[in-house]
Amino acid sequence: MRRLPQYAALVAYIVFLAFPLLWLLSTALKTPQEMALTEPTWIPREPTLANFTDAFGEQDLVGAALRSLIVALFSSVITVLISLPASYAMARYRSLLNRVALGWVLVSQVFPFILIIIPLFMILREMDLVNTLPGLVAVHVTFTLPFALWMLQGYVRAVPPELEEAAAVDGASRLRSIVSVVAPLLAPGVVATLLFAFISSWNEFMFALVILQNPDVMTLPLTLVRFTGPEGVARLGPLAAASLMATIPSLIFFAIIQRRLKSGLMAGAVKG
Amino acid sequence: MRIKSALAVAAVAALTAACGGGGGGETSSPNEPVKIDFLSLAWQKESVAANKQLVEEWNKANPNIQVTYVQGSWDNVNDQLVTQFAGGTAPDVIHNDSPALAGFATDGYLLDLSDKLPAELKNDIPQAAWDTVTFDGGKGEQGVYGVPFLQESQVIIANKKLLEAAEVRVPTADAPWTWDEFSAAAKKMTKGDTYGVAWPMKSPVNKTLNLALNFGGTFFQTAGGKTTVKVGPEEREVLQRIHDQLYKDKSADPAALGQGTADPLPAFYKGKFALLPAGVYLRQQVAEQAPDGFEWVTLPGPKGTTTQQGAVSQTLSIAQESEHPDEAMKFISFFLNGPNQAKLAKGDWLLPTSQKAAADPAMTSEENGWDVATASAKDLVVAPFLKVNGFDEWKSKVATPVLQEYFANKITIDEVAKRLVEDGNKVLERYQR
Repeated sequence: MRRLPQYAALVAYIVFLAFPLLWLLSTALKTPQEMALTEPTWIPREPTLANFTDAFGEQDLVGAALRSLIVALFSSVITVLISLPASYAMARYRSLLNRVALGWVLVSQVFPFILIIIPLFMILREMDLVNTLPGLVAVHVTFTLPFALWMLQGYVRAVPPELEEAAAVDGASRLRSIVSVVAPLLAPGVVATLLFAFISSWNEFMFALVILQNPDVMTLPLTLVRFTGPEGVARLGPLAAASLMATIPSLIFFAIIQRRLKSGLMAGAVKG
Repeated sequence: MRIKSALAVAAVAALTAACGGGGGGETSSPNEPVKIDFLSLAWQKESVAANKQLVEEWNKANPNIQVTYVQGSWDNVNDQLVTQFAGGTAPDVIHNDSPALAGFATDGYLLDLSDKLPAELKNDIPQAAWDTVTFDGGKGEQGVYGVPFLQESQVIIANKKLLEAAEVRVPTADAPWTWDEFSAAAKKMTKGDTYGVAWPMKSPVNKTLNLALNFGGTFFQTAGGKTTVKVGPEEREVLQRIHDQLYKDKSADPAALGQGTADPLPAFYKGKFALLPAGVYLRQQVAEQAPDGFEWVTLPGPKGTTTQQGAVSQTLSIAQESEHPDEAMKFISFFLNGPNQAKLAKGDWLLPTSQKAAADPAMTSEENGWDVATASAKDLVVAPFLKVNGFDEWKSKVATPVLQEYFANKITIDEVAKRLVEDGNKVLERYQR
């Protein structure tokens, strides 16, 4: 009984989080007339799938989602592969170079993306990467990496060095202690970084807009924006239907991977 | 381990395969058809369908000039183009609107079409529309940097029942309301919870500047090559009249004031107000959303000393760097011929610039107010702000907040005039150094 307020708060929070998604679902099933009511309805009076048929009939949403998935998966995996050893080095080795590198990573976050978009575009063009998904993956990795490094570095710092020392006493080499002792303890950090990189890439619009021009390689955000007109006017029905479909892959990805987001792995690992 | 390796190989193969169809700077060998990229900003269902159908029709009839339809979006097109122009990968044929062309033309990114326009296309579009795409190309010479094809005028969308109940004279294209009649009608329709009119003024600048031409208000003057802001009696007229409807006559719905153009529509269908001044394109949403039994009509915009309204155009331009400008021009001539412009205008619920298209039966039918909308095209002249360097900054930093404050009754018309001129001239000055 004492927990009742806690549960009430939890339910309220879940409703708050779920509200946009439920509203999206409700809008996707409404007719244009029902969307223009002064008293909005939660449950559509005359549910229709016309918005879905319009959205899927007009745009290659499945193809775009597939391309977005490929880009997001590659971007997130490559980001983690690079940032994992780099963050270990940054957390464990304290040298001038390390401090300079950390500072540089921070400085790189200060630049507004829009300032570097034209030079970046020129570089990609020279490398024949404009209009290609590897070009977009390269850009996404580059821009996710600094934050991923900071994130993972925090997780590495949280692993007590004593654990590695204990492994060394038992005869493990540095590589062995990283692979067998540190890496498993970093699993929650890796998952969090993977999620961050995946969602950043899945939602990214501006770089994709500039880099991808061929209709055959366009990603999902570029396809969704086609339902909007000037000055914020949009075709709400098809846009809601398409956006709903766009959230599903990231929900599935999150559902699969979130089980690994555990805390307390290191509880009691070191005495005192 | 083998499985893992196989998966890795498959993943790399998938990525590589998914990258197909790309590669910028495609050139065609002599035996291959010329390839043209066409960036279109059509977004309405009917309009996208019309665009795709015309491109398909062209590609079937012209196997040697193949057009690729690329759909962009209004909200981001200029960011996209800036990068693509700088990077040398812009599409050959570019859909945009005339205010955006001035900057790109000055920077040398767009082709001057003066010598390329076929006579038939040139003669089919009135000079007033060509004026909206004629700019200084950065070398002191005037050039034509696009073909204007769709324009927007301001009309009044009215609740038919409330209009008839008020027993006011119903305006026609030949005899529109004067502003006095418009205000009197709005007053008469204001009863109980129902207002006569609604002015959504979230973005007040273009709307009021275009309507200000009713009384000859231009807001800008150029002398000795220098452009300055002016707010005299002509410019104040429309501002004052809208303000009067809101606060003197109390015939304008205050709830609509902070809304965007389409936002008051639910209240309109509910009969909360009778008249909604809006761009002709808004008829599409009314036709699609209005509940069964709701009757509405399109009325012409009001008349001041003239019925003139400022207009910008949607345009098709050719990139300066296009390798196939002649073929691109051929495609534009086909795409914007009379019958095709009628299809495009109908799809976007806008007005065609082509005189042949305007005569198309679909454009003059009474259904959904097309007759009134098409007739209003004769009142369109170049929007006075179109060729003002620095207008965008003046609009966002000075005019928008000032007009929003004025329509919220926080400042007087004299303060409006003072700030638009003084703060505005400081902005414009920077663009004219």
